[in-house]
Amino acid sequence: MPEPILTINRLDAYYGDFQALYGVEMNVQEGEVLAIIGSNGAGKSTLLRSISGLMENDADQIRYRSEPIGRLRADQIAKRGIALVPEGRQLFPSLSVEENLVIGGQVGRKGPWSLDKVFKLFPVLEERRSVASTSLSGGQQQMVAIARALMSNPDLILFDEISLGLAPVIIKSIYDALPGIVGEGMSAVIVEQDITKALSVSSRVYCLQEGRVSLTGMSDAVSREEISRAYFGVEQ
Amino acid sequence: MDWLNALVQGILLGGLYALFAAGLSLIFGVMRLVNIAHGDLIVLAAYMGLTTTIVLGVHPFVAMLLVIPAMALFGYVLQRGILNQTLGDDLLPPLLVTFGLSVIIQNALLEVYTADPQKMDAGALETASVSVGGLSLGILPLMTFGMAVVIIAGLQFIFYRTALGRAFRAVSDNQDIAQLMGLNRRHVFGLAMALALAVTAIAGILLGIRTSFDPSIGGGRLIFGFEAVIIGGLGNLWGTLAGGVILGAAQTLGAKIDPGWQLLAGHIVFLFILAIRPNGLFPRISG
Repeated sequence: MPEPILTINRLDAYYGDFQALYGVEMNVQEGEVLAIIGSNGAGKSTLLRSISGLMENDADQIRYRSEPIGRLRADQIAKRGIALVPEGRQLFPSLSVEENLVIGGQVGRKGPWSLDKVFKLFPVLEERRSVASTSLSGGQQQMVAIARALMSNPDLILFDEISLGLAPVIIKSIYDALPGIVGEGMSAVIVEQDITKALSVSSRVYCLQEGRVSLTGMSDAVSREEISRAYFGVEQ
Repeated sequence: MDWLNALVQGILLGGLYALFAAGLSLIFGVMRLVNIAHGDLIVLAAYMGLTTTIVLGVHPFVAMLLVIPAMALFGYVLQRGILNQTLGDDLLPPLLVTFGLSVIIQNALLEVYTADPQKMDAGALETASVSVGGLSLGILPLMTFGMAVVIIAGLQFIFYRTALGRAFRAVSDNQDIAQLMGLNRRHVFGLAMALALAVTAIAGILLGIRTSFDPSIGGGRLIFGFEAVIIGGLGNLWGTLAGGVILGAAQTLGAKIDPGWQLLAGHIVFLFILAIRPNGLFPRISG
């Protein structure tokens, strides 16, 4: 097995006194799409926040291309090639659509993604490039959030609940764009409530339950029973 | 004619108030920091200008070329060294720390320069004037107002047309997400304070040419700045200029009625506008 692009070692994470993650072990291989599933409060978003540097950890708990990055700030991690598409889009309301995209590219990494390229991926954004980001529909805002992350030309992209609050037809169009995104040799971690969707786009899956990894396996090999046990913690 | 004269002088004075306010507005807009020491920083800049003119024997406008970068550097170091540590969900720590800073600056100035009022010598410029339609307008107030317009246009340009301004707005919107875009908010805040104190340097030197100053007058300048910001509406730089103009005009018109009413008239207009338009006259249009 080649060296993983990202390795997580016995990661604990806390919000004040509350412990959100307990000894999570995980790795992401170069070029793969990894899905993380789990119910609300299982620690999925916390895990992505830790990887992207929004939460500080011990240096060795997160290694990226064998460099310990657990202690780095989010901007330092972004410069190394990890991008997060945050839950709830979180665009900059004071910035226009185009400015939101340009600021994503400001990290200064070279690669295939540019303003022209993301406009080709999501043509509707080009039409609306100069409007305020808040005037877009939810689906369009999600496109901006994804495109903004792509603009930094990451090697690893983290998607946090990209289908949350969107109409099924929009979700479909966004997931249809996914192969074109990860096809460029990019690795991806997808956090998703919709288990069927998550399994269909990923090669491997991790399930979190109350801050612990409760299941890992190949996405096409895990059974419904295994997942429901790992997801809900029901002893059968 | 006297009334018209008072009005015009007040409008020109408003340019200076807008410069007091611009730095305050910028700092609050980018990092939600209410800088109680702002008035004392203006006075500090005036003293730095005074020292430069005396030591180097140069005109105050030449001194600006040194004081602006010096204040900007001081702002960056101050922000990264002290003020960044106070920023968080709670508004109180930065208030307390900048209040402390205000006391420190005042006392340091008192120690170095004594409490004697000082004034910068700008030569013939101080008394030069032009006649416009029967009104006699001072060159210095005209220049002050012109500089205020140019500086606010410049700040507006930086905010809405440059990468730095984009970073300011992004960090102001959402610090965490801005950090994900590779922006180190501590550095961005440092740059915002540097820019604010560069403007403050100009304001301080113009103040020091216009009137005499001593270490204790910072508080009053802070109030004028605050009032101009609030009258104009938070987060709107052109509104800040309008706020300064309204405040300046209210003061000179008040003084025309009775010399003792100068400050009172300004405060009354401020309270009146706050009562009818609590968000100021031109609040930022939220997108």
